[in-house]
Amino acid sequence: MSVAESPVQGATLHRGPLGRLRRFEPASLIWVLAAAALLFLVATPLVRLLISSLQATDTGTFTFDNYVSAYGRMRNLEALGNSLLYALEVTVLSALMAVPIAWGVSRTDMPAKSVVRALILGAFITPPYLGAIGWILLAGPNAGWLNRAWMAVTGSHSGFIDIYTFPVLSLVTALYAFPYIFVFTTDALDRVSSEMEEAANILGAGSVYTVFRITLPLVTPAILGGAIVVFLDTVALFGTPAIIALPARIRIMTLQLWQYFEFPVRAEVAAAYAIPLIAITLALFWIQRAVLGRRSYVALTGKGGSRTLTPLGPWRWAILGYSLFVVSLAVILPYAALAKAAFSKAWGLGFTLANLTFNNFYRLLAEEGARRTILHSFTYSAAAGCLAVALALLAAYVVNRKLMPGGAILSLLCMAPLVIPGIVLGIGFYAAFASPPVALYGTALILILGYSTRFLPIAYVNCAASLRALNPEMEEAVRILGGTRLRAIARVIVPVLKKSLLGTWLLVFIPATRELSTAIFLVGAQTRVISVMMLDLSENGSFEILAALGFFLLGATILIVLLGYKIIGRDFMLRRS
Amino acid sequence: MSGAEPKSVPRLSLDRLSCVYGSFTAVDQLSLDIAPGEFISLLGPSGCGKTTTLRMIAGFVRPTGGTIAMDGAVISSPQGSLPPEKRQMSMIFQSYAIWPNMTVAENVAFGLKLRRFDRESIRGKVQSMLDTVKLGALADRYPAELSGGQQQRVALARAMVIEPRVLLLDEPLSNLDANLREEMRFEIRRLHDKFHFTTVYVTHDQGEAMVTSDRIAVMNLGRLEQIEAPYLLYTRPKTRFVAGFIGRTNFLEGRIEGERVVFDRFDLPRNLFEKERLEANGPVLFSVRPQNISLDRGPFSEDSPVRLKGRVIERVFLGESWDYIVSPADSAVRLKVAAMPSQVFEVGDTLWLKLDPQQMAPLKE
Ligand SMILES: Nc1ncnc2c1ncn2[C@@H]1O[C@H](COP(=O)(O)OP(=O)(O)O)[C@@H](O)[C@H]1O
Ligand SMILES: [Mg+2]
Repeated sequence: MSVAESPVQGATLHRGPLGRLRRFEPASLIWVLAAAALLFLVATPLVRLLISSLQATDTGTFTFDNYVSAYGRMRNLEALGNSLLYALEVTVLSALMAVPIAWGVSRTDMPAKSVVRALILGAFITPPYLGAIGWILLAGPNAGWLNRAWMAVTGSHSGFIDIYTFPVLSLVTALYAFPYIFVFTTDALDRVSSEMEEAANILGAGSVYTVFRITLPLVTPAILGGAIVVFLDTVALFGTPAIIALPARIRIMTLQLWQYFEFPVRAEVAAAYAIPLIAITLALFWIQRAVLGRRSYVALTGKGGSRTLTPLGPWRWAILGYSLFVVSLAVILPYAALAKAAFSKAWGLGFTLANLTFNNFYRLLAEEGARRTILHSFTYSAAAGCLAVALALLAAYVVNRKLMPGGAILSLLCMAPLVIPGIVLGIGFYAAFASPPVALYGTALILILGYSTRFLPIAYVNCAASLRALNPEMEEAVRILGGTRLRAIARVIVPVLKKSLLGTWLLVFIPATRELSTAIFLVGAQTRVISVMMLDLSENGSFEILAALGFFLLGATILIVLLGYKIIGRDFMLRRS
Repeated sequence: MSGAEPKSVPRLSLDRLSCVYGSFTAVDQLSLDIAPGEFISLLGPSGCGKTTTLRMIAGFVRPTGGTIAMDGAVISSPQGSLPPEKRQMSMIFQSYAIWPNMTVAENVAFGLKLRRFDRESIRGKVQSMLDTVKLGALADRYPAELSGGQQQRVALARAMVIEPRVLLLDEPLSNLDANLREEMRFEIRRLHDKFHFTTVYVTHDQGEAMVTSDRIAVMNLGRLEQIEAPYLLYTRPKTRFVAGFIGRTNFLEGRIEGERVVFDRFDLPRNLFEKERLEANGPVLFSVRPQNISLDRGPFSEDSPVRLKGRVIERVFLGESWDYIVSPADSAVRLKVAAMPSQVFEVGDTLWLKLDPQQMAPLKE
């Protein structure tokens, strides 16, 4: 090949500004667009929220009045206090449920582990508000099945448990929160080498002593990490309080926020009231990082070491009994009550043939509105899954390959929604995008964007981890053979990572199908979703249809999870990421 | 081959190429010309900047100083760097980087598809290249079903089928087991003899570099120490580093004093050495290969100025040879000498040794 006809000749570098332009890869435009989209989705609502909180309702002038009206009232302060107490109780109860089971599953010869794990997964995929409905059917003051059974057995005139009280509210919430601590704790316990325990045994420590002095201290940071997640989730929880605390007249912060959106709408005060929620979340996340940062000593001893299971003798039945007790409270009893309701004309009536009906399911499928609602939930969630995975993958790619100066900001943007409680995100989206100029209120798009943003951190963490595991030489091989970065992404990175991307998609899709706190502010008349419909049904007391809908959602979820397990070939749900 | 077309424009010309990471200089003012069709190895210890140099050539890393030109056109400079996909090179990676989602044939066809060849010619080229690397029967396998050596061959086929202007290899054999590594060296050279692609081969294994290369560029601490054909590199090392890195050697300190080269308790006439390589009076360091020193029980027959009396200090039997540590003329100098298994001496024996000044390479520090 002679020098003159060399094709490279034409592509020679030019110095100066022209050269600079030539260096601008067309793909860079895509990185910039992805960054802009992230900024739009994550930063706008937050900034808008902050600005709103400092604006007067009518005039838009700068003011602190919103903070004064938000915090100047006793009931609002009470709600704040209640929310913190509620979260604390739920956290403690969750830890009491999760830690013994985690220890039993991870380190002992407890029987029927897979059953226990499967039922905990069941609790994990149960939307908390659905569990709460189940518990209304179980522990309603007089009509609840547990209370009726109690009255029948003891001959007493009143039940023994009332769902509409603070402690029971906390208990029911904990039943669907404890899987978080379980996941964190088993993950850590699985890494503790048995040699650590054996070293203590050989020095004469008994088994019980070893568990409390060696094993548990080693995993304490993990337990705390899970506990903080539960605490944060509970502070920001909307569904369960809406179903239980509202009728019980227990003031909870998220409910208070919601009420600012009833007539007359006082979005600015809501914004002011929401800001501290972000502050609390930020503070706790900071603590969590500090705590988990010390986890390293577990990791050091982990992995390599073997793990022998502690034989418990007859005590293994005790730990199994406890595990089954907890999971039956979380899964078996509420679903039994929901099943009964779903197939009944009236849930409170007995188990008679006259009361049996399939009509509740039939109505869900027959009614145009219900059908569309179900369809909305699944299509919006699927779209949100795709959008979140695409954005997260691009962002993770840009950060991992250091394609843009200040790329770390992208990862910060992707992770930021983690510290924005769903309800605050909902309010922020409403404030930023509902009205002109964006004017997305009532569209499917605002829900899809809302869901994507809410679950962006899950997607980002997973995408970043998969990318880190991928040898960059795979991609360099494409480029040196003449392919662009975009081609490398399309032809190699995505196909090679397709399983983990599908797993990531599911991890966004599944929670999105039941997302309530963000949706509640963003749905319009034509864009209702299952979670909002359930809340409405619960307000109307239509528990039969609600239960049927719940089963529908559960069935679909189980199907999807099973499909996911089959395709991905590993446990992607009960795993820390 | 390097001398074949002395006047032609080099295929690749690295000119004072540098790459600095923070305060650490990974590649330092490296200049190197590679002729079209030449096979050059970058040889050096781990961390000396070979990969960084190769990745600058490929366009994955932008130099912080100097330039790279291909066929006379600058393709890398601190101001800008032609992206890898526009360089018409190909590269074989340490991990092979075979795409697991494509079959062997699809892997090999990838670069051809990007070059918009038609279906028929792609199929023909892929098949003949696979036959060349002896993988013709495995075209429809997925990489996960191949052994390490076969994956290596896929990587070779994929890189060569596009007829690259420069073929880059980064320690391609380091993941193979020893036997296969031996075999693949010759395979790589065979393929080069067949296709004559301009090749830059990175390795820390001198054996690989010796077998495959037209010229070897020895690097140390980011700098080019010496570039030479394998035979000359071995026999005429120019720096202490090169002499020590390529093969085994003795370092012998001496002084040039007039017509004599003086060592500890013995000296040799200066005119026996390669004249042009000895500088003016002053200290000089020689590299003497252990097999270039002969031993004998009695004085060598001819009356040679290079025979010295010596004593065996230590010995090791290596199977194929003896390694003796000998001290000549009762000096403090210790010379390692390789001898045939039949030449048996005991520790403490006195013997005669003969040096060959023509094979004593003076070194620059
Ligand atoms: N991206 C980088 N940032 C900082 N230092 C680097 C980077 N890449 C390589 N180095 C350093 O440059 C030196 C040379 O690296 P490399 O070219 O990979 O050596 P070799 O391939 O010869 O073993 C090493 O010390 C390495 O740590
Ligand atoms: Mg290297």
